[in-house]
Amino acid sequence: MRISRAATTLVVTLLLTLVQLATIHAQQRGGGPARSARDSAPIDLTGYWVSYVTENWRYRMVTPAKGEYRRIPSSRAALPIINAWDPAADERAGNQCKSYGAGNIMSVPGRLHITWQDADTLRIETDAGTQTRLFHFSPSSASALRTWQGESTATWEPAPGADGGSLRVVTSNLRAGYLRKNGVPYGERATVTEHFDLAPLAANGKLLLVTTIVEDPEYLTGPYVVSPHFKKEPDGSKWDPTPCSSTW
Amino acid sequence: MFIHVVARRVFIAALLVGLAASRASAQFEFAGSWAPIGTEDVQNDSVPVDYLGLALTDEARTRALTYDESQKSMIERQCAGWGAAYLVLGPFGLRVSSQIDPVTNRVVSYTIGAWEDWNEMVIWMDDRPRPSEHALHTQAGFTLGRWEGGALAARTTHVKAGFIRKTGVPLTDQATIDWRIFRHGDVLTVLMVATDPVYLVEPEIVSKSFRLSRTPLDYRAGCVTGYEGREPGDAVPHYGPDQNPFIDEFVKLYHLPKEAVLGYPETLYPEYRKKIKDTYVPPPPCSESCGAAGNFVLRR
Repeated sequence: MRISRAATTLVVTLLLTLVQLATIHAQQRGGGPARSARDSAPIDLTGYWVSYVTENWRYRMVTPAKGEYRRIPSSRAALPIINAWDPAADERAGNQCKSYGAGNIMSVPGRLHITWQDADTLRIETDAGTQTRLFHFSPSSASALRTWQGESTATWEPAPGADGGSLRVVTSNLRAGYLRKNGVPYGERATVTEHFDLAPLAANGKLLLVTTIVEDPEYLTGPYVVSPHFKKEPDGSKWDPTPCSSTW
Repeated sequence: MFIHVVARRVFIAALLVGLAASRASAQFEFAGSWAPIGTEDVQNDSVPVDYLGLALTDEARTRALTYDESQKSMIERQCAGWGAAYLVLGPFGLRVSSQIDPVTNRVVSYTIGAWEDWNEMVIWMDDRPRPSEHALHTQAGFTLGRWEGGALAARTTHVKAGFIRKTGVPLTDQATIDWRIFRHGDVLTVLMVATDPVYLVEPEIVSKSFRLSRTPLDYRAGCVTGYEGREPGDAVPHYGPDQNPFIDEFVKLYHLPKEAVLGYPETLYPEYRKKIKDTYVPPPPCSESCGAAGNFVLRR
C-alpha cells in the first residue's frame, strides 16, 4: 500500500513537471490556444505617444545639408540619388511623402496614435505626414501596389516565463523612399524590421522604444539601425496633423 | 520506505528543475562580445559646445560653457576617464562576462569590460543591498540588475560627479541611471535613462544598438599619462562667463538653432520643429566628408 502511494506520488510529480515544462516551451514558441492578437498582447502599446528627440537631432529636427549621409551605410548606387536630391521636383511629382515611408517614419518627429483596428490588426497613425500603418498579426492578402508604408506582418514575442514582451514587425512591399529628409534613399526591395519595447519612466510614465533595422540590397551596404523613442501622453490634445513636406 | 524517500527526492528535484526552467527562460544570453553598430549619432565628439538632445538646467548650461577640453591634457586628469553614461555615448562595443555562483549555478553579476577611458561596470544580479548613500561614489557607480519582462533592467547609483557629455555637460553625484537592455536576435539595444535633480530638467534618454560579434572584443589598454603641454601646478583651463569662443561653432557649421545647441528642453519635442520651420535656413550642400560613418563631424 505504501509502495503504491509512493509510486503514485512519483508519477504525479513527473507528470506535473512535464506539464510545466511543456507550458513554458509552448509559451516560448508562442503556442497555446488560438487567441486574437489583441487578447494575447503581452504589452499594451495603445494610446498617444510623442517623439523625444535626443538622438540624431541634427538629422531629424532640421533638414540636413544636401549630399550629407553620415552614419548611413549607403551604397555607391545611392550616391547619384543623394547628390541629385531635388525637393521641389519631388513635390511636383507628388512624392513629398518619400521621407515619411516605413523606413523612416518612426524617426520623423511627431506623435503616434496607436489603436486596434480589429482584433488582429494594430493601427499606427502619425500626425507628421498623416500616415497610417497597419500591422497584421494574421495573414492578409498582399497588395500588388507598393505603398509608403508597405505590408507589415506583426508577431508578439512574449517574454518566456514572465510578464511583458515585445512586438516584432516586418515590413516589405515598400514604395522607394528616403531614410532622411535630404534624399538618402532606400529602394523598393528594402525590408524594415522593427522591435517595439516598453520601459518605465518616472511618475508612472512610459517610454516606447522602436529598434528599427532597414536592410536594402540596392542602396545600403549593411543594415541601418536606429532606435527612436516616444513618451506616452495622457490624451490626444496635442495631436496636430500636418501634411507631408519634401523640404521640412 | 525506500520508494517513498526516492519519490520525495524526485518531487523536490522536479520542482527545482521546473522553477529553474521558468526562471532561466525569462532571460537571454548577455555575456559575449557586442560590436557597436554606430548608425546613430548622440554626441558629435569634436565640437566643444554641443548640447543637442539634452534638457539642461540653466546652472548646467552655465557650467558646461566654462569647460575647456584642455582640462584633459592636465596630467592629473588624463586618466580620469568618463562616467557610466559613456557606455552608450562612447564609440566602443561591449565585452560582457558573467560571474556564476559555483554552488547555486546562478549569475551573481555581469561585468562590462573596461575601455581605455571607461571603467568596467559590474551589474549585480544577486539582490544585494545598495550601499549607504555615504559610500564611495565612483565613475562606474553601483549597479543592481534584475530580469524584467524579457529585458535586463538595472539602476546605477553612487556615481562620481562628472560629465554626461564629453563636451563638459556636468552630472552630479546625485544622478541615477536606469538601464534596460533588450536582445532581439543578434541585435542588443541598450536604453539609458539618466536623471539628475541638479543639472537635467528632463532625463537624458539614449539608446544604442550593438551586434553580436563572433570575434571577441578587447578594448583594454592601460592609460598612460604623458606631457601634453600642461605643467604641473598650472591652473585648470576654463572659460569665464560669456567667454567661451566656441559657443557659435556648431551653430554656424550646420545652421542649427542656438537654443537647440545649448540644450534647451523645448527643443526635444516636435512643437519646436514647427516653431523654427519658417526661420530655418538649410546649410549649403555638403562638400567634404559627407558620408564618413565615423564618430566625428567636420570642423572647419
